[in-house]
Amino acid sequence: MPKDRSKRNAFLAPIAETGHCGVFLIRMLGSIRLERELLISTLQQIYLIGARSLVIIMICGFFVGMVLSLQAINALQLFGASDQVSLLVGKTLFRELGPVLTALLFAGRAGTSVAAEIGLMKATSQIEAMELMAIDPVQRIALPRFLAGVVSLPLLTAMFNAFAVIGAVVFSIGVMGLDPGIFWSKLQSGILFSKDFMGGVWKSVVFGGIVSLIAVYFGYYAKPTGEGVGTATTRTVVLSSVLVLIFDFIMTSLLI
Amino acid sequence: MKDPIIRLSNLVYRRGSKVILNDVSMDIKRGSIVAIMGPSGVGKTTILRLISGQLHPNKGSVEVNGKLISSLSRRDLYTCRKEIGVLLQDGALFTDLTVFENVATPLREHTDLSEEEIHDRVMDKLKSVGLADTAKLMPYSLSGGMARRVALARAVIMNPRIVLFDEPMTGLDPIAMSTISRLIRVTNDELGLTSVIVTHNVDQMNKLVDYCFILAGAKLIAEGSPQVLMHCDEPAVDQFMNGRVEGPISFNVAASYQT
Repeated sequence: MPKDRSKRNAFLAPIAETGHCGVFLIRMLGSIRLERELLISTLQQIYLIGARSLVIIMICGFFVGMVLSLQAINALQLFGASDQVSLLVGKTLFRELGPVLTALLFAGRAGTSVAAEIGLMKATSQIEAMELMAIDPVQRIALPRFLAGVVSLPLLTAMFNAFAVIGAVVFSIGVMGLDPGIFWSKLQSGILFSKDFMGGVWKSVVFGGIVSLIAVYFGYYAKPTGEGVGTATTRTVVLSSVLVLIFDFIMTSLLI
Repeated sequence: MKDPIIRLSNLVYRRGSKVILNDVSMDIKRGSIVAIMGPSGVGKTTILRLISGQLHPNKGSVEVNGKLISSLSRRDLYTCRKEIGVLLQDGALFTDLTVFENVATPLREHTDLSEEEIHDRVMDKLKSVGLADTAKLMPYSLSGGMARRVALARAVIMNPRIVLFDEPMTGLDPIAMSTISRLIRVTNDELGLTSVIVTHNVDQMNKLVDYCFILAGAKLIAEGSPQVLMHCDEPAVDQFMNGRVEGPISFNVAASYQT
């Protein structure tokens, strides 16, 4: 963060910080080298922040699918169209809820962990030590975590969607007794690969980039104190959640 | 003084409106162990950060091995830093790596050595600091003194020309202090290094270093061998070296110095 941030007025400070974050992103992307170390550390981070978020994503996905189908059946029954439930659940999930809810969960689970980890490394002078050893901490610490976030979020979204569909199946077919054939055929014929499925994938790639960038940025520029690390963690969740929702609207407007 | 490996010329460094260093010049001789001393908050660590290129002076210049540090690009600065080892105050070991991996990190980053060669060099360094048996331990299981010895091994693993020590004795018991002190001398002489130590521990420095610089009130107030400085008539030097309460250096206002 810029050094004289506190002296800037309330209007200029966010603009200056956005610019600083952009410079940080360019520096991070400029440090990409096609080498084995980057691949290994990115894979390690995919495991730590991606694979370890799987359980919470699967549980949340399952219950979101259940509640969606419950609400959908309740509403569609009024019009005698409860056999359309899989279409409504599928469209809502693949286009909106899947990418957005996964990104919000990812910000809470993985974003905070990345910001706190990097902030703590700074507070204990590990980042300074790395720089003094002529090792670029942006390349070695920030970049693998950023790339891991961009790769992990679409995969987690796919898992979220899959478990949400399972949840919808359990409730609609298992509990409400809808016909399985109609459920699956409506889902298969109603969901368009290019528009619904890929639209969600692009969104989750962008959300992954936003959440990971904010987490590594706030962690890297956290004040090297306990309070500074706490502030970085909180700001990561708040700002990335807000930005995910704003970018969701922008991308939906462009993709619809 | 002939052949300085580090030359600070008329350095001025400000933090906001506060002047931290005012017209400070130092020549540090190749192969020597030098101490930068002074009361807390006087700008000793700032000098180390200026030498390592983490900070840039507002005026004056820092030359390391003939290179003007403040004018180097990031890439050139990193190249220059490969010749400088730094031991930070708390060791700053990487908490998610073992002792062995901590010491091996610079070799893995900057050399193409095989695993066998890396293993041999790391174990050699760990033996030289008396910690060969701790190679597989994690940093959190080490004592403060042991962590600093591991950090020393890591600082010299690339065989640098210069090693910068930031308060290496702080918080250590007398035995650990003497151990670190002996290691600094042995490493310096065996590897032909130049060691710069920031400290306010007068007793240890008198036994260890070849030359001292004393800072007070943002200025360099004295320099010379410890023996000369111990008997210096300058009131501020006498007050600091002998730990007197009364004198021109005020205890109440950190690092203030009444001229």
